[in-house]
Amino acid sequence: MPFMKIPNTLRSYVNGQGEVSVQGATAGAALQDMLAQFPAFRPHLCKQDGSLRSFVNLYLGRSNIRDLQGLDTPLNSDDILNLVPAIAGG
Amino acid sequence: MLLELSRAEILRYSRHLLIPEVGLDGQRKLKSASVLVVGTGGLGSPVALYLAAAGVGHIGLVDYDVLEESNLQRQIIHGTSRVGTLKVESARARLLDLNPSIQVEVFNEPFTSANAMRIAEPFDFIVDGTDNFATRYLINDLCVLSGKPDIYGAIYRFDGQASVFFAQQGPCYRCLFPEPPPPGMVPSCADAGVLGILPGTIGTIQATETIKLILGIGSSLVGRLLLYNALDMSFEYVKLKKNPACKVCGPHPEITGLIDYFEFCGVPGLDHPEPATAAEWNISALQLAERLKRGDKIHLIDVREPHELAISHIDGAQNMPLGMLAAHLGELDSAQEIVLFCKSGTRSARALELLLSAGFRKVKNLQGGINSWALEVDQSMPLY
Repeated sequence: MPFMKIPNTLRSYVNGQGEVSVQGATAGAALQDMLAQFPAFRPHLCKQDGSLRSFVNLYLGRSNIRDLQGLDTPLNSDDILNLVPAIAGG
Repeated sequence: MLLELSRAEILRYSRHLLIPEVGLDGQRKLKSASVLVVGTGGLGSPVALYLAAAGVGHIGLVDYDVLEESNLQRQIIHGTSRVGTLKVESARARLLDLNPSIQVEVFNEPFTSANAMRIAEPFDFIVDGTDNFATRYLINDLCVLSGKPDIYGAIYRFDGQASVFFAQQGPCYRCLFPEPPPPGMVPSCADAGVLGILPGTIGTIQATETIKLILGIGSSLVGRLLLYNALDMSFEYVKLKKNPACKVCGPHPEITGLIDYFEFCGVPGLDHPEPATAAEWNISALQLAERLKRGDKIHLIDVREPHELAISHIDGAQNMPLGMLAAHLGELDSAQEIVLFCKSGTRSARALELLLSAGFRKVKNLQGGINSWALEVDQSMPLY
């Protein structure tokens, strides 16, 4: 089962977990599965049309899914997705 | 035309001169280089210290803050004896003590659209050591428009990011993050805390990248974003690509000059964004204490994280962390008066907005948070 790594910034929306197991054959399906598990996360992470908001990127391995096939990017069962949000502390 | 090294400088930098990738010419490049470090806090401290130690000849420092005791847990360029003084002056004194042969120019002013071009003009490299999104977008756009590299670092609790955004060779910050998060979604270090050593790790990487760029050696972080997790002790890279639709470095840019970055980020101004709350929704610590003393029924809600209660707490307050509040609104009685508080008033202002948008009207925000209670009502309570 693929899983999604959650950075510290966003962990408060997933009960403090560092990673969440997700189901889905595509990056978009995996994202929707995670949001179904944590509905309060949705407005923070996605626009109304379901696409990711501009301050967060979803990576499959080292590649941004925007540079692959976006939310249609196919997933293998052992894939690791990585949410990379903007942070600003200094 | 590279500057020559004096006899004393050759001795001082001998360990550099022994490395073939640096050598005498490399050290002369460092002496001839000029680097602007925006922010002399957690990131700016190690950046400026290592650049000065390495012999970078001209270092600019921008900050407008006064040094506070709570800065010293991570801002290692400063010292206890300097608390209460200007950060740029404290930093300049430390750098010149470390290396008297360099030139340190300080700018005791906020870095804004109005002065950024003027301040940055004489510098070849810009290091982003700021603590807010507005200034990060400003630095990015400034660097794209003036053709300079933006040596980027950012931190949050245990997580760090570093890259080099250089639009002439690769993507810029806007290619990665076209827009900032909504105000309040990503808390600041002042609200969320930060591991003191974290900016040491990321700032040192920024300094390394700056020195490599000056020397023209190695592979820079252009086109790569370094992700550091201190808890896992993991370093990962992800690839960054130029965004053809980028509004500032794309082929058809919409942004051709510096804009109002506070408006762009939806924050009131400077780098301490406090959500705007009208005075009618505020209550001072003294007013609250007086009302509690006379027996008014007030539901006190502490929206801090549970571990913060060990530092300070107000008797009778219910702990309901900001992130959990939305899920528990149904448990609150809108007919009863509610006073929200956090550490300094920022998170409770977000909580106030949430309650107001849910229709609550008998609700107030404790101005200045529990720290104002510690200052005005109970001086035995610690400040943090």
